[in-house]
Amino acid sequence: MKRKTNKDNGIWRLIWKYKALYLISIPSILYFLIFKYIPLGGSIIAFQDYNIFKGFSGSDWVGFAHFAEMFKHYDFLRILNNTVLIGLYDLIFSFPAPIILAILLNELRLVMFKRVIQTVVYMPHFLSWVVIAGMSVAILSPTTGVLNQLLVLFGIDPLYFLGDNSYIRGVLVGSGIWRDTGYGTILYLAALAGINPELYEAAQIDGANRWKQTLRITLPALLPTIMILFLLHIGKFLDFGFERVWVFLNALNTENGEILDTYIYRAGLLSQQYGYTTAVGLFKSVVGLVLVMMGNLFSRKTTGESLY
Amino acid sequence: MYGAVSKSYKTFNVFNILFLTLLGLMMFLPFLNVIAQSFSSSSAITAGKVTFWPVDFTLINYEYVFSDASIWRAFGVSVFVTIAGTMINLIATATLAYPVSRPEYVGRRIIVLLVLVTMIFSAPLIPNFLLIKNLHMMNTPWALIIPGAVSAFNFFVMHSFFKQLPPEIIDSARIDGCGELGIMVKMVAPLSKPVMASLGIFYAVGHWNAYMSALYYIDQPKWWPLQVKLKRMFETDDISIDPGASQFSDLAHTSPEGIKMATIIIATLPIIMIYPFLQRHFVKGLTLGAVKS
Repeated sequence: MKRKTNKDNGIWRLIWKYKALYLISIPSILYFLIFKYIPLGGSIIAFQDYNIFKGFSGSDWVGFAHFAEMFKHYDFLRILNNTVLIGLYDLIFSFPAPIILAILLNELRLVMFKRVIQTVVYMPHFLSWVVIAGMSVAILSPTTGVLNQLLVLFGIDPLYFLGDNSYIRGVLVGSGIWRDTGYGTILYLAALAGINPELYEAAQIDGANRWKQTLRITLPALLPTIMILFLLHIGKFLDFGFERVWVFLNALNTENGEILDTYIYRAGLLSQQYGYTTAVGLFKSVVGLVLVMMGNLFSRKTTGESLY
Repeated sequence: MYGAVSKSYKTFNVFNILFLTLLGLMMFLPFLNVIAQSFSSSSAITAGKVTFWPVDFTLINYEYVFSDASIWRAFGVSVFVTIAGTMINLIATATLAYPVSRPEYVGRRIIVLLVLVTMIFSAPLIPNFLLIKNLHMMNTPWALIIPGAVSAFNFFVMHSFFKQLPPEIIDSARIDGCGELGIMVKMVAPLSKPVMASLGIFYAVGHWNAYMSALYYIDQPKWWPLQVKLKRMFETDDISIDPGASQFSDLAHTSPEGIKMATIIIATLPIIMIYPFLQRHFVKGLTLGAVKS
């Protein structure tokens, strides 16, 4: 396409010829530069004693002081611990749930029933976290909640799920499972639909029962999807999500329930410790990046699947 | 389906159906409980009598919600942000994804990299907040729309969609005398209806459910979207009573639970109503995103 001679001229002519393409793309390029890259540059306030009146250029530099302060801070260590624990629970319990559900759904031969179940289990994903928190308050209430009424029926004392440090992590992870497990099956079901049925027939002739077929055919076929979603999940390890935690927090469960994101909001926006909380946020982003890169490397070495 | 079925597989099937039915109920019953509470009297709710059917059937909770101007206002803000926001999302995403998908676009690799970086590494909250503040977007609905104009993930979905359009289509349009704009409007736009519908659904649900950006950037009740209003109702138990509306005063002081549940229903109703339409598209949208590489 491009001739070796007169190359620059050729490029400019090409750009001029397709100027409409460049023109319409300008607003969105500007969007990325302004709303994504300027804040990225603004992250330097993590190394500053940022003063809102002096701005980026006028504020004093403090080097890594905010980061040092972070690791000495009791609150920060407690919250980091919460974040890691909640992330770990989420990885152990939420991540495999859609895989299991997709395999079970895939075994269903009653098409109508399968469709009804799918419709019902996808549904919670479309509720906002505020609505889910509101529903949870109603359902988990120790006096009027349905769940506690059920517990009482079985002779168990009502539990104050949302007003107790010992339950909050379970509620956070559990509500996520309730909301997203069904929705998470979609990609796995798509992968399952792509398996060649002849593989199962061949396995059957070789005498493999249904369980063995699942182990030898279904799971290996799902592995690429599992690996990619696992990598994405790992990258979000410290990023459990602000909203889904914030809506559940109250004075009684903050001790165990608060995560880095809610801490950043509370200390940053509400108490205006701009430099310090930017350092916390930067720490979180960098850990996430390192995790993705490590996971990617590991995955490429072992299974050949990678994100990039 | 796969020939003869063993006895153990039959047993498994029975348990599988039972298990999935139970799971379906677990997903569905909370909705039923909220609906039942929204139609129940406050005394029945406080006494813990309401499970999955209304007790002392009443419409007073809905009457309260419908008579509260601040809820209406928040509803209006959410509707505006959802409609305007989704339109801006789709236009902004398509006008970047389409040109970059064309081989004639010099520098498309750089643009793709520019977007990819923001997906892997994003700026912390405070610099974002300071930007919005410096742009004087605080306490305007634009703070809920503009900062999220293009989702990097959706950009890649659209990009891969445009890339797999056969180039012959564009060539034939050119032979018919279409300019670049004509090709976009007459050929590409009609072909991209499916991807627009799927991504539009994702964007729209995102706007309707958005809470975080409003919490960060809006502190005047005037521009609260529905989710913020709802959260306020939950956390304060403060249901403002219009002095004139004496029929509600008793209700609000004893138990506002029914009112909260009625508001939840109202806030979720638009999604429930378009859900059948939604379901058709989000499965497509999600698997469309999966085939990109």
